[in-house]
Amino acid sequence: MTLLQLMFDTLLGFSLLWLAWQALTSPDLFRAIVLFIAFGLLMALTWIRLDAPDVAMAEASIGAGLTGALLLSALARLGSKNGSRAILEKKHQAGSMTENTKNQLPFRLLLMVLLLAVAAGLVYVVLTLPENIPGLGILVEENLESSGVSNPVTAVLLNYRGYDTLLELSVLLLTLLGVWSLGDMTKQHESFPGPVLSTLSRLLVPLLIMAAGYLLWVGAHAPGGAFQAGSLLGAAGVLLLLAGWRPGTRLAGLPLRISLVLGVAAFVAAGMVFILLGRQFLEYPPSFAGVLILLIEAAATLSIGITLAALFLGGRPKFSQPKFSRPKLNQPKSSQPKFRRHK
Amino acid sequence: MLVTEILSSLLLIAGAIFFLAGTVGLLRFPDVYTRLHALTKADNVGLGLVVAGLVLQAESWTVAGKLLLIWLLVLLASASIAHLVAKAARKKGIELWK
Repeated sequence: MTLLQLMFDTLLGFSLLWLAWQALTSPDLFRAIVLFIAFGLLMALTWIRLDAPDVAMAEASIGAGLTGALLLSALARLGSKNGSRAILEKKHQAGSMTENTKNQLPFRLLLMVLLLAVAAGLVYVVLTLPENIPGLGILVEENLESSGVSNPVTAVLLNYRGYDTLLELSVLLLTLLGVWSLGDMTKQHESFPGPVLSTLSRLLVPLLIMAAGYLLWVGAHAPGGAFQAGSLLGAAGVLLLLAGWRPGTRLAGLPLRISLVLGVAAFVAAGMVFILLGRQFLEYPPSFAGVLILLIEAAATLSIGITLAALFLGGRPKFSQPKFSRPKLNQPKSSQPKFRRHK
Repeated sequence: MLVTEILSSLLLIAGAIFFLAGTVGLLRFPDVYTRLHALTKADNVGLGLVVAGLVLQAESWTVAGKLLLIWLLVLLASASIAHLVAKAARKKGIELWK
């Protein structure tokens, strides 16, 4: 490692710590979110420095991009920026009151003991790790041929430890169910966002879909895969929602639900079929593995993208049976592009 | 070989200077409109120069094409977002700095 690299890494590490601290302690929630997004981008750069481009892509798109967008939309729901600050200040005052502090003391002590126990456990584990262990990397490389793909990360995610990815997909689905159980989407009406955002979304969304397809395909032999591709699709969905598009009410019922569960369903189905054929759950025969992984990933990409976009939508989209009138077009006539000049 | 390396270095340094100027402008300019001006103009040219410098060192045409694509996408995004931020600021009633 050259001196320049060492300087860069040191700077990166300290910037990460500083950003994390600032994001946690900032009383202004908007500022905290912006700092969190900056933290995510620097974290992605850190993963690149650690030679983990797959994780870097996921971190940049999900960690910084989509989580940031979700946090910002949550903040918008909290009310104005000042409103959220007022909430925070109120809490702060409440926290500083002596009576409350006394009531909380046992809990705080318990929390401290638990945190210290976790920290001590981590330190113990790190100290007792044997040095110079090769890890599982060699095992992965030896069995790469039978996994059906040549990218070791995809091999681990979709083949060797397929059930981890299956559970991750389920967690994503459960999150959406949790959000949906909180209530319906607040407003359904579409709006025209102005010519700039409209043009931007029209230019970027096809590109994002193409890039998602590319990442999905390339995941078999290079960095990429379902989560990265799915988050790009999700980003396209968020952009469309920001640009004022809303899913048609006709699509909000069964079609939406089917596309949401498609990933988990394809994964489970692929696993089950081989149980019937006398193999283990998710144990693919090497000759089919490549095709199967691509199919599962394609289904998962679609589901992840739609789930993320649905999370951004914030509530369960209302479903109505198509009646006599045609479903609304994507742009109401009354709000055609008007190049209005603000005075 | 040597000529392209020198040219590439010059372009990269020029790009870095533009980035520095843009960052200083972002930190020091008085209001949101002038900051946007500093950021988008300088970063677009800065990134363009950095991309030009890297294209000279690129191993293949595909890499060069991808780099150019990145620049074009950033141009598109930053110009649109600068417009949107400025529009939101005007709507909110933030006065122009005089």
